[in-house]
Amino acid sequence: MIGYIVKRLLLAVPTLWAVLTIVFVLARVLPGDPAQTILGDQATQEALVAMRHRLGTDKPIAEQYADFLANAVRGRWGDSLVTGKPVLEEVGKVLPYSIDLTVSAIVLGALIGVPLGTWSALHRNAAFDYIARLGSLLGLSFPAFVSAIMLLLAFAIELRWFPVIGAGGSGPWERLRAITLPTVNLGIIMAAYVTRVTRSSMLEVLGEDYIRTARAKGVPSRVILWRHALRNALIPVVTVVGLYLGILIGNSVLTEIVFNRSGLGKLIVSALDQRDYTVLQGMMVVYAFAIVLVNLLTDLTYGFIDPRIKRQ
Amino acid sequence: MTESIAAVPVERPAAAHWLLQLRRAFNANATSWVGLVVFLVIVALALLAPLIAPYDPLDQDIISRLEGPSAAHWFGTDSYGRDTLSRLLWGARLSLVIGSVSILSAMLIGGTIGIVSGYVGGKFDLVVMQAMDVLLSFPSLIMGLMVVAMLGPSMGNLIIAIALTAIAPFARIARAPTIAVKERDYIEACRALGYSDLRIMAVHILPNIMAEILVMGSLWLATAIRTEASLSFIGLGVRPPVATWGGMIREGFENILDSAWLSIFPSLAILLVVFSLNMLGDGLRDAIDPKLRGGE
Repeated sequence: MIGYIVKRLLLAVPTLWAVLTIVFVLARVLPGDPAQTILGDQATQEALVAMRHRLGTDKPIAEQYADFLANAVRGRWGDSLVTGKPVLEEVGKVLPYSIDLTVSAIVLGALIGVPLGTWSALHRNAAFDYIARLGSLLGLSFPAFVSAIMLLLAFAIELRWFPVIGAGGSGPWERLRAITLPTVNLGIIMAAYVTRVTRSSMLEVLGEDYIRTARAKGVPSRVILWRHALRNALIPVVTVVGLYLGILIGNSVLTEIVFNRSGLGKLIVSALDQRDYTVLQGMMVVYAFAIVLVNLLTDLTYGFIDPRIKRQ
Repeated sequence: MTESIAAVPVERPAAAHWLLQLRRAFNANATSWVGLVVFLVIVALALLAPLIAPYDPLDQDIISRLEGPSAAHWFGTDSYGRDTLSRLLWGARLSLVIGSVSILSAMLIGGTIGIVSGYVGGKFDLVVMQAMDVLLSFPSLIMGLMVVAMLGPSMGNLIIAIALTAIAPFARIARAPTIAVKERDYIEACRALGYSDLRIMAVHILPNIMAEILVMGSLWLATAIRTEASLSFIGLGVRPPVATWGGMIREGFENILDSAWLSIFPSLAILLVVFSLNMLGDGLRDAIDPKLRGGE
């Protein structure tokens, strides 16, 4: 297992390099002058030159690239143009909120999605299966901010069960109340995804020869389901959940805006509003790391669930 | 002599013509038909917007601002007194144009990359697909955020951003069948006949993957429309006062406590388009996917 982990970690290095390179290309090589974007059309020539110097965009492109990679890896993401604080600090302040939300959404999504998908597969083409399929397709069609607004309207504004704004007070009860609707929003969309993947994966496994053999020799169907089918069916589910994390990160940006909850999403949006270029670039690096980390975690979980993969 | 050899019919691919394949897929399930009909109705409404919209989408009427749904304004008016229904109809045009142009470009670029990469094979294929995997790992919305934030919000930049997120999946879809097909005898025969690589790829490989690419296209169009709306909601869409669905929800959200309909109607519109496209594509995919088709 340790050998497998080390190998995966080493493989993550080129991926990180590639992802950071894409970020650099997006930030620097594409047409457009960040200094001009920050200062607007009315900026004087001197102000532009000063801003370029401050951002380091007046250096040769190769040098910028080397600086960018070195600073990204060392966590030197510059200072916010607005608050003057290091970007790393700004990110660190809101990161726990985003992690809370993401983790609880994944748990909720899996708790709803895996049983629904399994049940759906076991009763293929029955009424329940049909409803679950259409329902999950509908769930996948919701842009996260649309579902968030509907939840907000129903449960916070009409029924007043939850606060309309923000992370609320500091007590555990208040925090729970504040995180509930955002979690439900992200969790349900994710559950729609997990349901579909679990269903199709389960159907594939149920059609395998070893399931038929188990049935033929009289293994109780409960044992077939838990020991043989579900465990094998969950392997692709884990991969897909890993891929889904990227979508989840995007959806949490929208959810945080609607529920006015602090987190990476709110940070990136306020940076956009204030043209805080360094924070934006820092956020891209954060997302680059997140993407690589997610891929790594998926690979590791994959190896954990399926022993065959480790040996390869 | 060469004439007669060229006249010998080349072994046909096993798969049916892609149009036939699509028609069979449609007939295999009703949800695809429902999705198609709903989507076409929306497209028609969008095309007819200049004729059927009751008001100019940009016309402000300060006296009747933030009015609820009524006979004069079916879907109410916004905080500038603009007619929500008219803005919805015009917004549909924008969503559909941005979505379809970006997905068509992604199909074209991604499809070409996939076919060429699979056809050439070897180290080239390895490097290209590795690059595609990295691109694929970027969530659509985050990629869109990055690109639009850096380039500035405009229709062209939105199209670039959304197309970028969809290139990798199309490259993948195009590559796998290409690899499978290129080893077949009839491709070998084409080479023996001295057909150029370009001709083999365009005439003999492309039709085999056309159906699958089009089906994925409908699903990705749904994603593209959702991404565009999301970016507009964040404030990275085509600049106001142009009517965009995401932008309308953004403005409506500011008045959510007293004028909830402002965000509800465009929300439902987005949901309807995305859901219809997903119904369309999902049903077809099940019918076309060779893995699922095997049982027939």
